[in-house]
Amino acid sequence: MTREIGQVPLHGVDQLAAQIPDGAKIAVPPDYSGVAMALTRAMIRRGLRDLHVICVPISGLQVEMLAGAGCLGTVETSAITLGEYGTAHRFQAALKAGAFRMLDATCPAVHAAIQAGGKGIPFMPLRGLLGTDLLKHRPDWTVIDNPFSKDEDPVVLLPAIRPDFAIFHAPFADRNGNVFIGRRRELVAMAHAATQSLVTVEEIRDVDLLASEETAAGTLTGAYIGGIAEAPRGAWPIKLWDIYDYDEDHLKLYGEMARTADGFTRYCDQFVQDQKAAE
Amino acid sequence: MDFSRQELLITTIARLLHGCRLVATGASSPIPGAGALLARAQSNGKMRVNVLGSVRNDFLCDGGVELFDLAGQGRLDAFFLGGGQIDGEANINLVGAGGEYPQTAVRWPGSFGSGYLYYLVPRVILFREEHTRRVLVPRVDFISSAGPKNDGTYRPGGPIGLLTNLCWFAFDRSKRRFRLESLHPGHSVEEVRDNTGFEFDCPDSVPFTVAPDAATLALLRTRIAAEIAETYPRFVAQVFPDLAAAGD
Repeated sequence: MTREIGQVPLHGVDQLAAQIPDGAKIAVPPDYSGVAMALTRAMIRRGLRDLHVICVPISGLQVEMLAGAGCLGTVETSAITLGEYGTAHRFQAALKAGAFRMLDATCPAVHAAIQAGGKGIPFMPLRGLLGTDLLKHRPDWTVIDNPFSKDEDPVVLLPAIRPDFAIFHAPFADRNGNVFIGRRRELVAMAHAATQSLVTVEEIRDVDLLASEETAAGTLTGAYIGGIAEAPRGAWPIKLWDIYDYDEDHLKLYGEMARTADGFTRYCDQFVQDQKAAE
Repeated sequence: MDFSRQELLITTIARLLHGCRLVATGASSPIPGAGALLARAQSNGKMRVNVLGSVRNDFLCDGGVELFDLAGQGRLDAFFLGGGQIDGEANINLVGAGGEYPQTAVRWPGSFGSGYLYYLVPRVILFREEHTRRVLVPRVDFISSAGPKNDGTYRPGGPIGLLTNLCWFAFDRSKRRFRLESLHPGHSVEEVRDNTGFEFDCPDSVPFTVAPDAATLALLRTRIAAEIAETYPRFVAQVFPDLAAAGD
């Protein structure tokens, strides 16, 4: 029997991953917001296929590993970068092999389309993009003439993004299943746009975040959340805010092992399949 | 006066930002970040700077979209963009080169915010250290963001120029061409020509890029290096080893 905190089911990480079907459309945040890496490893263990991942607005190791494990059907992103930790080898190899559909975007376009999803409106206009090959390769984007302008004024329209799941990691949830997101408000935008959010947290605290204005302002209310799992160091080896930093040694090890498909498989045997090794 | 290549780039960027009220830097940008923080230190409190990835030098608190909303309203005065390829009409490519998109022979991380900010931020500084024909090409293979076309479309933003390891090119928006504005000390017009794949305008006499003075270098090597170390510790360890050692 699953426990509940407030009205939100509390799961283990693998149970949380079991909520996600093949082909699901999932929204994920950038490294600085809080990436659910323990959940990502559980998704790889589950052997998910054909995921449509929307990076809001970029991603790194998370999509790199999902690419290496063959979980991806579509990637919609403004960049995939491991930053100072080198090249995303498995992502690049999968892209070159045509293993998934690539939808290149620009950061504010993803934000705007996610905002449209959260508002329940069909599209959002965005400045810029005119004359780019980004626009040329996005048949789902369109250009209209600004209906409020006297003169000709082309504007790009982006269809709303409605993910099945928003997936992220945060420092803590309260006893009612509300999640503290601080100033990382892209997490709120993602959660509003998605049908439901699956969230991992460092810990669950016996407090009520909605009881005061000070904490309520940095809270995602549990109404958007389909499930929570406790995952201490759940962003590892990525950083979590100013709570812990990148595991530099581990990321170097990953970078070396992931140069080849075989090396990536060995990495997964060691750090993904054997759950205890990673946690 | 002794200064490194990186120190000249940082102090040049700080000069190019003079008069800005709000400046932001993007991903993987230690030199623009240091240049912006130096310009802020020299602005008598008039400039705000947002360094992506920083906690102490990030004043935004409304999520990832806030920076783009600031730019959309014209509040963001300056930003930095690079490119795996940059061409003579200031088109930039952050996606990939060779082969057929999306299976390009070389793949870079992606366009980030360029497809928007380049159109809206009035003082975009193109910055790429590597100055070779591989990077500065006649025509980019993929347009992540287009140079200004002067075709009447809404375009308050665009490049003011291109800073590399060899020189500073100003961008002439009406001619849609770069002009060699200054050479970094120790480099020549011939060297720039040999390593640039696009045509550019060149006056008869090209001055050297202004070298930093002692006070600016002292400020950079102490306070500014310490400020940028929060976000780019590896960069500071490499470029300001004395400060990095003192910090340990």
